[in-house]
Amino acid sequence: MIELIEVCRDYVVGDQVVHALDHVSLRIPAGDYVSIMGPSGSGKSTLLNILGLMDRPTAGIYRLDGVDTSTMNDEELAHARQHQIGFVFQSFHLVPRLNALENVELPMILAGIPPKQRHSRSLGALAKVGLSKRADHRPNQLSGGERQRVAIARAIVMQPKLLLADEPTGNLDSKSGGEIIAILEQLNGQGLTVLVVTHDPAIGGRARRQLQFRDGRLLHDSGQS
Amino acid sequence: MLPRDMLRYVVVSTLSHRLRSALTALGIGIGVAAVVLLTSIGEGLRDYMLAEFTQFGTNIVAVNPGVNTTFGMPTGVLNTQRPLSLDDAAALRRVPWVVAAMPAIQGNASVKGNGRERRVTISGVGPEMPLVFSFRVALGSFLPPDDPRSPRAYAVLGSKLRKELFGERSPLGERVRVAGERYRVVGVMESKGTVLGFDLDDAIYIPAARALEMFDRESLMEIDVLYEEGAPVDEVVKGIRRVLSARHGGVDFTITTQQQMLDVLGSVLDVVTFAVGALGSISLLVGGVGIFTIMTISVRERTFEIGLLRAVGALRRQVRRLFIGESILLAAIGGVAGLLFGATIVRLVTLFLPGAPLSWSPAYAFAAELLAVLIGLVAGVVPAQRAAMLDPVQALRAE
Repeated sequence: MIELIEVCRDYVVGDQVVHALDHVSLRIPAGDYVSIMGPSGSGKSTLLNILGLMDRPTAGIYRLDGVDTSTMNDEELAHARQHQIGFVFQSFHLVPRLNALENVELPMILAGIPPKQRHSRSLGALAKVGLSKRADHRPNQLSGGERQRVAIARAIVMQPKLLLADEPTGNLDSKSGGEIIAILEQLNGQGLTVLVVTHDPAIGGRARRQLQFRDGRLLHDSGQS
Repeated sequence: MLPRDMLRYVVVSTLSHRLRSALTALGIGIGVAAVVLLTSIGEGLRDYMLAEFTQFGTNIVAVNPGVNTTFGMPTGVLNTQRPLSLDDAAALRRVPWVVAAMPAIQGNASVKGNGRERRVTISGVGPEMPLVFSFRVALGSFLPPDDPRSPRAYAVLGSKLRKELFGERSPLGERVRVAGERYRVVGVMESKGTVLGFDLDDAIYIPAARALEMFDRESLMEIDVLYEEGAPVDEVVKGIRRVLSARHGGVDFTITTQQQMLDVLGSVLDVVTFAVGALGSISLLVGGVGIFTIMTISVRERTFEIGLLRAVGALRRQVRRLFIGESILLAAIGGVAGLLFGATIVRLVTLFLPGAPLSWSPAYAFAAELLAVLIGLVAGVVPAQRAAMLDPVQALRAE
């Protein structure tokens, strides 16, 4: 599903070039459960942004489902993000003035899906994360764990194949963090490819496959024999 | 994105900052109210002026001696101009559609009567004057249809002159002296008030032939031609020109239709209304700056939301539209509030001061609202573009 060949991502900071990703090659088959670990500045977030089509590599090839993403224009990238990829962020990123249901609806609103269909699909997604009863609550009326569950519902409502989670438990206590990981694993069990960026070894260790990054390089890949 | 969803999104985010949105909209509202009020004053002034001018009737063509020349020809050397005579006026009565052609001449002189004296405007006119100027006689009758060349020495008083000289007593049949000549009063006109500072009631009306003699003039000042209602003005003007130029051997006179005068006056007043409207628009611009400021702040505050929208598949142009939509909505709300406020003020003023020259103009109100929306659009472009061009990765990092 995901294929990276010699991918680099360089930033120019002042007059210095920083290699956020340094010749990374990687294959992730569909349905995999992968954790990406490493200290801050190791390039794991950059990798996630590139995989999520929010950022483009400076060099190398990224194929998503066999399609070379470097040939895609902004509109095609947005379309791919909309239909193939779901994002979960460390700080949830819910829109404060919308209730849980409306937050989950947001991707479908942007995609122009009619309200009736939107409604039932959002309720379905909220049911999957166990939040059906809180659909009309605003984010500030929800606990951290509940907010992250709303965010997961939003990430899966378009039925993507790939879920990217950037430190999804970083702002949560260990109990709600555990619940979030359980939900992600359950979704993975239903066939969703899940990538989790974390620096918590306990969480990273649960993944079927673990990638270790340091200084923009893939240091260790547990899936490679 | 469906249009109603876009509208809903824009409305919800505008309403999420009630006070801030209300204050921003207020800026535009004040601007629109200013435009509405100022243009109402302009339109009111226009209506007032036009009413002043049309009270004499609109089917009038004025003929004056001389030509409005645009060449710098020394008029003393090549002056072949012939005077407008009483016979000219008589001849013009035979032009098709013409109902009356009235000679007119004006001057100032003292009028003595009942032991009092007053200096007033002397109008030398024809017996058709009440008909031509829709001016009614209050007492007695107007000048009789005598031979225009040797009319009897009758005079008709303006209402103010009558009051000054005779008080409440009937002046009919009394003798007055106009510039030393004896006249008999046969009538008193109804009060017509002042027109542009000229008191029509402080006047005396005598036959034109006698006024020519009194002021020792050869030429009439004007011949006022009244034509039938609904007659083709151009044909009437052509007829007048044909008859007069045949008599004078050339065009040495100027024909002005009432319509032309009204057109010129109207266009001047249009410019005035437009100018005061433009003045009001300055406050609209200030309101636009307010919207620009708030939208800039809003984009900064909602950076993560923009990043999120982009992450879940929003195109740059969708983000741009959402923010421009908010900007337009703020302006439109302010505009409607301003229209209501302005309209209320106009209503209140006309209610308590019925004579005030204020006239609510829907066209200008609509233009003001349109301008407000346009200002909202323009004010929103730069912040919305900034939002659209944000790098989603950077935007999501913002807290």
